[in-house]
Amino acid sequence: MNLAYRDVRHNLGRFIVTCIGLSLLLGVVLAMIGIYRGLIADAMELVETIDAQIWVVEKGTRGPFAESSRIPLDTREAIARIHGVKSVGAVTFQSIETQTGASKLRLYVIGYEPGQLGGPKHIILGRGLTGRNYEAVADMRSRLEPGDHIQLGRNNFTIVGTTDNAVSSGGEPAIYLSLDDAQKLQFDLSPSATRRERARGLAMVKSTDTVSAVIARISPNASPDHIAGTIRRWKHLSAMTEAEQGKILTQSVVEKARKQIGMFTGILILVSAVIIALIIHTMTMDKIREIATLKLIGAPNRIIIGLIIQQSLAMGLIGFAMGGVLISNIKDYFPKRLILQPMDGLSLAGVVVVICLLASIYGVYTALKVDPAEALAG
Amino acid sequence: MMQDKQPLISIEDISKHFGKGETRVDALRNITLDIYPEQVIGLLGPSGSGKSTLLNVIGCILEPSSGRMGLDDETVYDGHWLRSDLRGLRLEKIGFIFQAHNLIPFLSAIDNIAVVLGLAGYSATVAQKRAQELLDYLEVGNRANSFPSSLSGGEAQRVAIARALANKPRIVLADEPTAALDSTRAGIVMDLLRKVAVEQQAAVVVVTHDEKIYDRLDHIFHLRDGVLDKEV
Repeated sequence: MNLAYRDVRHNLGRFIVTCIGLSLLLGVVLAMIGIYRGLIADAMELVETIDAQIWVVEKGTRGPFAESSRIPLDTREAIARIHGVKSVGAVTFQSIETQTGASKLRLYVIGYEPGQLGGPKHIILGRGLTGRNYEAVADMRSRLEPGDHIQLGRNNFTIVGTTDNAVSSGGEPAIYLSLDDAQKLQFDLSPSATRRERARGLAMVKSTDTVSAVIARISPNASPDHIAGTIRRWKHLSAMTEAEQGKILTQSVVEKARKQIGMFTGILILVSAVIIALIIHTMTMDKIREIATLKLIGAPNRIIIGLIIQQSLAMGLIGFAMGGVLISNIKDYFPKRLILQPMDGLSLAGVVVVICLLASIYGVYTALKVDPAEALAG
Repeated sequence: MMQDKQPLISIEDISKHFGKGETRVDALRNITLDIYPEQVIGLLGPSGSGKSTLLNVIGCILEPSSGRMGLDDETVYDGHWLRSDLRGLRLEKIGFIFQAHNLIPFLSAIDNIAVVLGLAGYSATVAQKRAQELLDYLEVGNRANSFPSSLSGGEAQRVAIARALANKPRIVLADEPTAALDSTRAGIVMDLLRKVAVEQQAAVVVVTHDEKIYDRLDHIFHLRDGVLDKEV
């Protein structure tokens, strides 16, 4: 006879309410792990989508994501001539806030040369950029669709296509413009500012002269480290491989957020452990007389321990499963991406099992201390 | 006639004290008592006289300080416990009946009995069958699937008696079994205990303050300050 099951069945309402409470707590833990994964994925997404093996940026910077970088556009030709480089592209990056209807929309503007490296990986709806001005391709998370118009800077752009997997490390959806449009958006001054600069007698820098980075893909038999090393020897440039760029993003750009979420998740797990321990202890205290009676009528310790541990595990795993279902169903409503990975789920389930076993120790200790004579007490 | 048989409970010079020096309390002082099969005996005494201590000692819950005790032809204490598995000993030889019936609230009446049989190693089917027989024997068979919270005081006490008898113990220890019952139900419970004593050749020890059952006891012993008066 399984006493744990019988007790749960008899007090089903209370058990379910306890599991729901626990599911909310474990759901938050799962959400924090998902947010952590989302943060890393968001940070890496653009690097993976752009799929460049070499990133060439301004000397002394770790751009273009960690720091701003400006290099001459003609760097592209110099890089293209390096032995082992197969294709090159020039890109610009810029965060911008605009208005769609009544709401504000933050976008990450990526300028690239259509037909060259740096553009969207897939077109989900509509078409890609063809080189005409004032057209854009937006990530689906911007909720912009082909045919929509959007004001960026002083110009109005038409959305001609949508793509996916393109967000900034901050989670802002990307919008792709032609390099020329993006440079104008980034570097052109307003007419009044231009007049003022002219009045001051300053020469105007042509907007098409600079880009944030030059990116390159290399031949299969070439070494990215070797080519990056070659570029680094040039005094005005810095170069990174894809792996180095990824490391900068995960270990520098999102490092504090990553640690913060990691610490918060750790604290939540600790809080869960304490709460489970208290619940188990309370459940044990509620059954002191029954435990004393069981001991008195001859039940061995393994029956008592089994009763407590089985209930603890059932509560923890049911709470975890309910939390998992809850978060799976609401994850898309989170403002930033939340990624639930099966391995993370399994790991947390393992942690919940360990927590339940550890949390049961106090309950088991209390139960084993119960004097059978307490059953005889009036 | 009783003296022709071997006592089921044989207590010889049993003492129990708590604490040391100035704080020492002698709960039992040199108790000697033999209880035979078919006997239903009562233990009386004011609060703190040692009744519960004696019941706990006979029930192998509390270790005496000195003396010797035998249960059902087996010496279980002689200066120290002679068996390490006291819970097994209780399961095998002793049935307990409590004042507050102490049924497990999350088990039905039949399962409260079957759990004891399960602990004793009976299969679930055999345990359920024997539990139902016991409930029928105690005339509460129709409440087999009811939970303790829905049983009346008398019904709950009969289920508790059924549980105490489940493993056919030769010794039944009852702590105020009729305290919560009216005189009619108290009489029924005492008749049941008598029936058990006779039919199962068991010894029944009843701790009670309940005067209305005195006439249903074979012997009444009085405890005062840990000392057992012969018979009242």
